[in-house]
Amino acid sequence: MRALNRLHDLQPNARVTGQVRLFGDDIYAPKADPTLLRRRIGMVFQKSNPFPHMSIEENVLIGLRLTGVKNRAFLKERLEQALKMAALWDEVKDRLHASATSLSGGQQQRLCIARAIAVEPEVLLMDEPASALDPIATAKIEDLIQDLKQQFTIVIVTHNMQQAARASDYTAFFYMGELIEFGPTKDIFTKPKNKKTEDYITGRFG
Amino acid sequence: MHGHLEKELKHLQEKLVEMAACAETSVRLAIQAFKERNLELAMRVRNQDQLLDEYEIAIDDLAVQILLRAPLASDLRFVMAAMKISQNLERIGDEAAKIAKRARDLSLEPPASIDIDLSNIVDPATEMLHNALNAFIMRDPKLARTTLPVDQQVDAIHKAIRHRLIEHMKNHPEEIPQCLDILTTAKCLERIADHATNICEDVVYMCEAQDIRHQPKPHTTPKENAI
Repeated sequence: MRALNRLHDLQPNARVTGQVRLFGDDIYAPKADPTLLRRRIGMVFQKSNPFPHMSIEENVLIGLRLTGVKNRAFLKERLEQALKMAALWDEVKDRLHASATSLSGGQQQRLCIARAIAVEPEVLLMDEPASALDPIATAKIEDLIQDLKQQFTIVIVTHNMQQAARASDYTAFFYMGELIEFGPTKDIFTKPKNKKTEDYITGRFG
Repeated sequence: MHGHLEKELKHLQEKLVEMAACAETSVRLAIQAFKERNLELAMRVRNQDQLLDEYEIAIDDLAVQILLRAPLASDLRFVMAAMKISQNLERIGDEAAKIAKRARDLSLEPPASIDIDLSNIVDPATEMLHNALNAFIMRDPKLARTTLPVDQQVDAIHKAIRHRLIEHMKNHPEEIPQCLDILTTAKCLERIADHATNICEDVVYMCEAQDIRHQPKPHTTPKENAI
């Protein structure tokens, strides 16, 4: 996942071979701007990480404000839009100025999703977005993924086979950093071609 | 592999093998009852049918328990096939029970004057069933595939028997009850072959993840002279 938004750049001695193309653009091209790239590719982490000293509203709008957007009407509109898309609006519309940390774990994670989509990225990376949540909050995140995928390309990393089967259209199976198999999710989980995939998803090794 | 899941899958397989043996016995007894006009055997088929019903419920219960663990890939295909195969076995039991009932009714009637050798349909239908069940037990998709075409033979023979019986009934209306019993029995055997076909298709799906249902079949001509 780090390879997809150049978080590797932050590692000393990191080296890159091959290409990652985003709608045709090589994101590792010498002229590619990592900051601009990360605006095109949003990210949601395993543990919800809202900025604790900021309100709900400030958390959602921080990305836009950092890129210099000042138009208040536009920001207000985008705030509502992002929170609605993250299925959080109804729960927080009356307390937008409350601290982000006053929200439950599941709400905080949806807030992070709202923050990521407020800048209208093209791709949303999700690193185990529901692994720290209870089943109800997990179901809400998974429902949200189904809604958001209409508008964004979503790449989700999960160790939960059932979640991968439920949430995705295509599945890539990685083992020890190596891509073993990629294909439509239904095929990967009912008739994998590679024996390693079959053994792993049926729990026969690993 | 997770120990509990493995144990439950093995248990499901064992139950299905038991049920398969029960279904095959049921068909064998029903045919014997029909041939010998044996009332006692016919009663035994009815008991077997109840047993098959119980197996079907027990197997569904086990399968649901396994599905709660969300099995994937070959395990998922096995559970799906197991549920469908048990349903087919239960229906085979129903067909055997119908044959047994016809055997009982025929035993009360004078024999019909028509000479129909039912072994022409009994043999391929029971062989199909036997091979389908073996293909499942041995997880042998090749055997399943080679068994499938026999169904067309069975269909053709059934059609020919039906034709002959209709002609006979026209000329001997006094033998209509006996002819209907024979006709029903032939139909039951044709249905048993259909269920064996379903089982073969499930075995191919289970082993190769290929759905081969409802594919066009090559044309065959009825073997009327074989009756």
